[in-house]
Amino acid sequence: MKLIIGSLQLGLLYGILALGIYISFRILSVPDLTTEGSFAFGLSVSAAVTAMGHPILAIPAAMLAGALAGGITGILQTTFMVHPILAGIITMSGLYSVNLFIMGGASNLSLVRIDTIFKLIPGLSKQDTQTVLSIVACLLALVLLILFFRTHIGMCIRAVGDNDEMVRASSINVDACKVLAFCLSNAVIALSGALIAQYQGYADISSSSGILVIGLASVIIGEAVLGRRSVTIGFISSVVGSLIYRIIIALATKYSPLPAYMLKLLSAIIVGFALSLPAIRLRASIRRQKRGNPNA
Amino acid sequence: MLEIKNAVKVFERGTMMEHTALDHLSLHLDDGEFVTILGSNGAGKSTLFNAICGSFYLDEGTVSLGGINLTLMPEHRRARHIGRVFQDPMRGTAPNMTIEENLSLAHSRSTASPLSFAPTRREKALFRDRLAEFGMQLEDRMKTKVGLLSGGQRQVVTLLMCTIVTPRLLLLDEHTAALDPGTAAKVMEITQKIVAESHLTTMMITHNMSAALTTGTRTLMMDSGRILFDLSGEQRAGMTTEALLEMYSTTTHEKLDNDRMLFEKAHQG
Repeated sequence: MKLIIGSLQLGLLYGILALGIYISFRILSVPDLTTEGSFAFGLSVSAAVTAMGHPILAIPAAMLAGALAGGITGILQTTFMVHPILAGIITMSGLYSVNLFIMGGASNLSLVRIDTIFKLIPGLSKQDTQTVLSIVACLLALVLLILFFRTHIGMCIRAVGDNDEMVRASSINVDACKVLAFCLSNAVIALSGALIAQYQGYADISSSSGILVIGLASVIIGEAVLGRRSVTIGFISSVVGSLIYRIIIALATKYSPLPAYMLKLLSAIIVGFALSLPAIRLRASIRRQKRGNPNA
Repeated sequence: MLEIKNAVKVFERGTMMEHTALDHLSLHLDDGEFVTILGSNGAGKSTLFNAICGSFYLDEGTVSLGGINLTLMPEHRRARHIGRVFQDPMRGTAPNMTIEENLSLAHSRSTASPLSFAPTRREKALFRDRLAEFGMQLEDRMKTKVGLLSGGQRQVVTLLMCTIVTPRLLLLDEHTAALDPGTAAKVMEITQKIVAESHLTTMMITHNMSAALTTGTRTLMMDSGRILFDLSGEQRAGMTTEALLEMYSTTTHEKLDNDRMLFEKAHQG
């Protein structure tokens, strides 16, 4: 039971990360490496502001920080025409120093005996508060994002990711749409980091390494379950994927002899395999055709 | 309506690849004119469209539309006034979005506030009515992703996207060339219906000589970045494709002969 509740909480909090990654990876069709930096940015800003005694203010502050990081990547890509992958790497590595600075030069910051939002609801046990808050936060993010992508501006962003040549020939400002989407994506990713920091009661600079692959794994697992149909279903499936991912991880650490540090390898294998699947299917079908027609 | 004065565009200037795509070209279009444009590959037809749309800025000369100077206006701001349909059906629509979402993107671009929901119920009803006019059963597939439509259907959706907010100028860049003859005829028929209904000022590039002479009100022949000749009224009405070809080859030969004479003179002198 404890295992299931723990996976549920983590699944929902990291589900917010998956929502942010879905925006860049599926809607804009750009794998955005800023993620690694902006998640840690959310962690560190949230931890630092919480340590100052403002756990609630920490959340919007972290989101603002994430949006800023995304904005930098977006402007590098559009105005300065830097290769999308490189733009993300540049922001990410710059943020490494920024994050250390925010945490006062240390690679981690503990929030033991400091009030976090998970201790703020009176009359609820810590465990229950964690469950309630992770459900509320994830649902709120999910619903707001679904609604946003049904608005005019949300639709413009989707069109930019789908066929930017067409959007360029229409009267929509492609570059502004892209920058806005990167801001939004990284604000959501930083929100996930901000909540995780307060949930765990510490921020650690190294906990963001490989976070992009974890988020991608969630998106892909979700799509395997619910299919790729619309953006709304895409967002829902990202959260579902994150929940499934956490359960797999919990089971793997509990019942397999694998040490916990092997998890990132496991995630990398899942993502690598899932992304290769279309090519594997294509080859298999060509081989079947050849076998069916010996003269070919 | 459209006024192009002395437009010059040279690509790869200062290199071995240098070529003049627009060579001091001037053109005036009256309101409601439907111009067809002929010319061999590389004559500068698409470059002319790109110059009007703002894919690049001119080296020299000016473009204005309905009294607005477009010469240095960025592409996406000009797009508010210009609709353009390309030869490739893939270019004009977003494949993973539905028909109604694509149309809404085009329809609400000028009016909607960014955070209003789209498409609205009123828009959906409007799109359904407009699509129904074309008799392609598209009105029953409003929630279908455009990527699943045939080339002809995609071109019709693109045409409607370009004209649902009446543009000042409609540019058709061989928009039926990638379609089979039956579909091409159908799309052409729909094009003429839309142009006539909204009294649109239109320019259409085509390689089909008889279509160029029978569609619209005026025909241009382009060559090497210039307008070789400009037919309208009685002269155009009496023109046959044979006569047109004859005219094309004599004009280009005269030009070649002139060039040769200049060249020889230069050598003698």
